[in-house]
Amino acid sequence: MITTDILIIGAGPTGLFTVFEAGLLKLRCHLIDALPQPGGQCSELYPKKPIYDIPGCPEILAGDLTKNLLKQSEQFQPTFTLGERADTLDKQEDGTFIVTTNKGTKHQAKIVVIAGGLGSFEPRKPPLENISDYEETGIDYFIKDPEKYRDKKVVLAGGGDSALDWSIFLADIASELTLVHRRNEFRGALDSVEKVRELTASGKIRVTTPAEVVGLEGDQKLTGINIKTADGIYTQSTDYFIPLFGLSPKLGPLTEWGLELEKNAIKVNTFDYQTNIPGVYAIGDINTYPGKLKLILCGFHEATLMCQSAFQIINPGKRNVLKYTTVSGIDGFDGSRKEAPKAVVQAINQ
Amino acid sequence: MSDITIYIKDREGVNHKLLAPTDMSMNIMELCKAYELPVEGTCGGMALCASCQCYVQSSHVLSPMTDDEDAMLSEAFFVEENSRLGCQLNLEESMDGLKLELAPEN
Repeated sequence: MITTDILIIGAGPTGLFTVFEAGLLKLRCHLIDALPQPGGQCSELYPKKPIYDIPGCPEILAGDLTKNLLKQSEQFQPTFTLGERADTLDKQEDGTFIVTTNKGTKHQAKIVVIAGGLGSFEPRKPPLENISDYEETGIDYFIKDPEKYRDKKVVLAGGGDSALDWSIFLADIASELTLVHRRNEFRGALDSVEKVRELTASGKIRVTTPAEVVGLEGDQKLTGINIKTADGIYTQSTDYFIPLFGLSPKLGPLTEWGLELEKNAIKVNTFDYQTNIPGVYAIGDINTYPGKLKLILCGFHEATLMCQSAFQIINPGKRNVLKYTTVSGIDGFDGSRKEAPKAVVQAINQ
Repeated sequence: MSDITIYIKDREGVNHKLLAPTDMSMNIMELCKAYELPVEGTCGGMALCASCQCYVQSSHVLSPMTDDEDAMLSEAFFVEENSRLGCQLNLEESMDGLKLELAPEN
């Protein structure tokens, strides 16, 4: 069991900044994120794109914002459960919450903060009628263990970097590898495209374009796929079909947690961004209230107010006052101390 | 600059007549959100998610597709010949009377 003061679901910019604000109040944080790396949309969707409306940063790449937020929170030693999705929330008799992930990791805290953006990123599944029938028996959306495909027939679909990279990787493992894409052009690093071209020339990869997988065949297990090209539809036998069409966010299991929802967002009050469940807060793009704007800078503000409220729940009755970092400096949990340099006082009249 | 009219058929088949300003640097995805039509606009308008995919139902000449839009549509689902991403269609006076249909959710 992982225990902490504040359990944050979502390691995007809002979640990461919460670590800093909580740290100033001497509260420890643990973050859960379905993605394998922190940063949320900033890392997953647009790391190389600039953001222009972070106060004090005229222009910053989304990936750099993530790096800076991690650096800013480092001294407060946040811990992470990455690549796991928060699935259940259970209130305990002692007032704490236990959050369990899809992999069974349990986390306990007095405060749960949902900073989940648009939800957890899940693979985009092609709209094939019976696709869910084969999800354990021939269809994979992630490649976890490449050895699984040794000496098997594999069909990959997609036109981006992951489809190209995995085609290259699996070319030597699979007995037969086909890459299907709707266009002749691929959107990936040039050297990957070149490598796939070489492997195609040497017969290790079969590239089928422009084409689309339009149907699945099999009984208990997937045995073939229907591929549509300009010439018509034909069936190709295969052991595995791996669609790699990127990720899209889904609100997912937290819709079952008894939270009051409105238009795919969690309703909160604007006093401290608490939800209808006391001790559970929602901040950033995932919440809604009158006048809500989905902006990173609004998430930062919400995180700050939320931490002050959480302090009162964790330390009932304890007096506290807002401190300014310039005046008080920062004491990290790692023993570090940051403070403004002291001015040297010199007398003018000796 | 004057407002224009855009017709949007939603996923339930209901038609909406939207009055659209052309002086606010808005695009079709944003227009749909402004009228609270069920367009997610997940990526915020960077042609990275296809949640604003729509089908062009009138003969208006629209801005040509950028490589980004073309690449996204090559990986999206339910793509037809007349598919476009709403976020890449900036509102202009020449679009007056444009008819669009929202594509199914990806």
